[in-house]
Order: sequence, then structure tokens, then C-alpha cells
Amino acid sequence: MVPTDYYLILSAILFGLGIVAFVFKRNIITLFMAIELMLNAVNLAFVAFSRALGKPDGEVFVLFVIVVAAAEAAVGLGIIILTARNRHSLNVERVDLLKL
Amino acid sequence: MNEFLASYAFLIVPVIKIGILVFLVLTVDAYLTWLERKVVAHIQTRWGPYRVGPHGLLQPLADGLKFIFKEDPMPAGVDKIAYFLAPFLTLMLALTSLAVIPFGPQRFTIWGYETHLGIADVNISLLVLFAITALAVYGVALAGWASNSKYSLLGGLRSSAQMISYELALTLSVVGVLLLAGDFSLRGIVEQQAQSGKGLLSWNIFPQIIGFLCFFTAAIAETNRVPFDLPEAESELVAGFHTEYASMKFAMFFIAEYTSMITVSCLCTILFFGGWLSPFPLSWTFTQFLPPVLLIAFGLWTIYDGIRYETIFGRLLLPGVGIALLALGGALLAFPVINSYIQGPFWFLAKVFVFLFVYIWMRGTLPRFRYDQLMTFGWKFLLPVSIATWF
Amino acid sequence: MNAPLMIFFVLAAVAVFGAVSLILQREPIHSALSLIVVMVALAGLYLLMGAEFVAAVQIIVYGGAIMVLFVFVIMLLNAGEEERTNFSKLATYAGIPLALAVTGFIAAAIARSGGYLPAAAPNGALTSTKTLSMLLFKEFVYPFELTSFLILVAILGAIVLAQREN
Repeated sequence: MVPTDYYLILSAILFGLGIVAFVFKRNIITLFMAIELMLNAVNLAFVAFSRALGKPDGEVFVLFVIVVAAAEAAVGLGIIILTARNRHSLNVERVDLLKL
Repeated sequence: MNEFLASYAFLIVPVIKIGILVFLVLTVDAYLTWLERKVVAHIQTRWGPYRVGPHGLLQPLADGLKFIFKEDPMPAGVDKIAYFLAPFLTLMLALTSLAVIPFGPQRFTIWGYETHLGIADVNISLLVLFAITALAVYGVALAGWASNSKYSLLGGLRSSAQMISYELALTLSVVGVLLLAGDFSLRGIVEQQAQSGKGLLSWNIFPQIIGFLCFFTAAIAETNRVPFDLPEAESELVAGFHTEYASMKFAMFFIAEYTSMITVSCLCTILFFGGWLSPFPLSWTFTQFLPPVLLIAFGLWTIYDGIRYETIFGRLLLPGVGIALLALGGALLAFPVINSYIQGPFWFLAKVFVFLFVYIWMRGTLPRFRYDQLMTFGWKFLLPVSIATWF
Repeated sequence: MNAPLMIFFVLAAVAVFGAVSLILQREPIHSALSLIVVMVALAGLYLLMGAEFVAAVQIIVYGGAIMVLFVFVIMLLNAGEEERTNFSKLATYAGIPLALAVTGFIAAAIARSGGYLPAAAPNGALTSTKTLSMLLFKEFVYPFELTSFLILVAILGAIVLAQREN
């Protein structure tokens, strides 16, 4: 039997690592992957709580989070492709002005 | 000793089953390559492998030795992690997908541990298979990326785009079967088909014939076989995403392709053709003797063919194989208990063999699709039709 | 130290290793592979907790579709190595310890309040797909319809973004 706390602590660690990745990486795509990592950490917390309280509502919400992450990934990557083509660089420090 | 076995049986028994299954599957893969070359050759009115052993039966052994002893070059400038990972990943996923397939209905108890004829019996075995199919795209994409070559990258991207597009049609065409069965587990789907006991008529193929056709088409596209094998066609893109792979790594891709062919054939039989059920109604109990009769007939034919074979080795080996088959058939007739155990797996393997033969037959007969035709077909035709099968 | 606890530690170690590898890798494609490893490890953890459908959906959707999208984009854009940033060193020397300290505080707060929650009941109590689907289509039908609308909007957005300029 694994205590719920262990899952929550793991979720917190993954979330923290996602934040570190988000702050310190330069490539837009890697930033996006850090966001996905944070969403996954939150999903883990949801499922852990759902199991602890005995209700399956948390798992249904996890399905919604996964769907929203998919939609966001699709549109976000489309925007990234266009931005990268216009500015010829994937470095997020170059995308700091609205003007090209 | 017995207690040790009983307490650790939950670990030892699956390991033994995995060992047997992997050994069997690899042997079947090797002889599938032989069968493919023979069948395609006969379709093209030539003989195929004939010299290496009687009727070319030792050809897979020769091919295996060749793969082991060939030089395994690594091109300059490849991405080392992805280059090594891609064939391992593909092979691992292809072999893992065989773990959830049930081969027969029996449940038996070894050393106090109740188990069944298959490795893992999960409630969601169909979903596990889809998950593994979804991950299989990575093997191809990484192989294309890692080799530092235009042909490979293009072939890899095209192949992965094709696999993703047909994956949707694959999963959606199965929903009709799921609605009929009400259960995600493959064992439950076969048991639902067994319920009316009418044999051939109760299989899922009759309510869901279009679903079956969609599933089979999408599955062929998923396994990158003709007519959907543009990304690895020899005359189009050199060899597509596995251009830069040689000997052992290429052998891994090769084995993975044939193993996924076997998995797809197993899935087709389980989902649509009744798995391990006999096509004859249960009331016709005399059909229980069909397997031993077939074995005896095949043994007699092998002996007849082998007695006047050209080489001396063939004249010894083929009748020997024939006598072994005769003995097996005779043993089955003599011991009805074993015969009743064998019914399920026999029909399962027979149906899988039919599907593999259809796969190979299509390779010999059909031309391949152009890439845009392929994508148009997948998105504009197959996907709506597979949704329409739900009704 | 029973079997589920050992499996948990192995999977948790794999997940944390994947996340750290995401940060430390230089090429985006290797970061993507690390993230896939994290997702598969998390799917294993969901299985350990008995949420089998969520585990399967995680691998099929997240690992088999979203990450494939990432890998495609990285290949299409031919994303090379990360460039070295010329940010101040303060960010690195103060930032990482600070982030880890925040994580540690959250973890400690969770651990201290542990008495309020019962232990997770992993082995045996599988959530069946039927339970989930009953919930999804009865109580959560409004969010379900909203998310389907959201996906439709996302598809339209992706099509508009992918159009060439005429």
C-alpha cells in the first residue's frame, strides 16, 4: 500500500522541475514541453486524490485535462511553426518584440 | 521445493510463458519470411527459395546467420541515442503487444497458481494494444530522424504521418465490435461471440463486415505493408526510413514488422472471427476430430513428397517430419483429453494463418498507393466509413 | 517494503529522472524523448493506483498523439542545439535553489498534513471503464460537450494557421 502523500510529493517534485525547465530553457518547443510536464504533474495529483477519496470524479477530470492539453498543443505548435518561420529562430529571447 | 514454487509461481509461470511465446513467435517470424518468399514467387510463376534445405526450408536459418555475421556500420553524424533506440523500441513494442492476446479458452492451475493460455489477462487488453500501436510511431519517426540522410528523414516522416492517420480509422472501426461485446478485454469479446453457440454465424464478422474491412485496411497501413508500403518501398525512396540500418538493426525492424503482422492477424481473428471458436456449431461434436485428421493427412503428404525428393538430405528430413506429424495426429486421436485441449488453439492458429496468407497474397498481387492517394484515402474515405460502421 | 511500494519508487525514480533529463538535455529531440519517458512512467503509476482507463488514455493520447506532434514539429523545424543564453548568472545561482526550496516547502506541507487523507487503495480496487463512462455522460455531460466544442475550435484554428498565404 502506497500512502497518498508519496504520490502528492512526487507530483510536487515534477511540478517544480517543470517550473525550473520553463524558466531556464530557451527553445520555444522545450518551454512547451515543460508546460506539458506541469500538466502531467497536476494529473497525477488528481488521480491520487481520486483514489484516496474513493470517488472516480478525479479521473474524469483527468480526461478533460488531457483533452485540453491536446487542443492547446495543436494550436500552440501551429503558432510556434509560424513564428519560427517568420523570425528564423527558435530562441524565445528573440521573440520579445511584436515587430519582426 | 513445492512451496517455494507455489509462493513464487506468480513470477515464474509468466516468465516461462514469455520464454515459450517469444521463442515460438521468433520461429514463426522466420518461417513467415520463408512462406512470403515462396508464395510471392509462386504468384509470379517462379519457385522461390529451393536450394537451401528441402524446399528452401533452411533459408531463414541462412538469413539469420547472414544477419549475425554482416558488418554493422554506423554512419557518421547520426544522433547516437535515437539511432540505437529506434530499432530496439520498435522490436520491443511489437513483441510486447503479443502479451495480451489470449490463445485459448482454457484456464489451468500450475503449482497452485491459476493461469490461462496467454500472458496477461487485463480488463482493457484492447486499449493496451492501441496504446502500443500508438507508441509504434516513434520507432519509425526516430529511425528517420536519426540517420543523417534526406531519404531516411522523408521516409520516416511520411511513414509516421501514414501511421497516425490510419491509427484513427483503426481504433474507430473497432467501436462496433466493442458495442456488441460490451467489454474491452479480448477474452470477453471472444466469449461474447461464443454465447449463441451457432459456430460460424455467431462471429462478429456478420454484423460488422464493413467494420472488419476498415479494420483490416487500416491495420495493413499501420504495419506498413503493401499496398501501403510507400515509405519503405525499394524503388521509391531507396529503403525509406531504414536505409541507413544494416545487419542486426535492420533485422530488428524486419522482425518487428513480421511480428506486428502476426499481432494484427491475431487481433482480426479475435475481434471479428471468433478467436478460438470453431466454425462448426457446438452440437457437431464429430468436428473435434478435424485437427488430428488434418495432421495425419499433412504427414502423409509430406512423406509422399519427401520420398522421391532430389537431395538425400531432403529424402531423410521430409519423411522424418511427416512421420512426426503422423505420430502427433495419432496421439491426438488416441487421447481425447489432449484433443479437447487442443481445439481452441488449433482453430486460433488456423485462422491466424489464413490472415497471414491473405497479407502475403496481397503483397504479391496489389500495386502500391502513391502517398497523396494514401492520405486522401485514409482521411476522406476510411475515417467516415469506420464511423458509419457504428450504426 | 512490499511490492507496490517498490514499484512506486522505481516508477517515481524513472519519472524524476526523465524530468531532470528534460532540463539537462541540449537537443530538443532528446528532451522530447525524456518527456515521453516521464509520461510512460506516470501511466505506470496510474496503473499502480488502479486507474487503468486513465493509464491507457494517457499513453494513447499524450504519449501517442501529443508527443508525436511535438516530435514532428521538432523534425520539421530542424531544431538544433539550444543556444547558450547570456542571461545573468544570478538567475542560475539563485533561481534553481529557490525553485527547489519552493518545491520542498510544498512537499513538506503535504507530508505534514498527511493525516487527513486515507491511504490510496491501489491493489484490487480498479476503476472500471463503465463507472467512468457513467460519470462522464451523466454528471459531467456539460463539460464533455464543452471540451468537444473546444477540440472543434482547436481543429479550425490549426487549419487556419496552416493555410498558405494566397
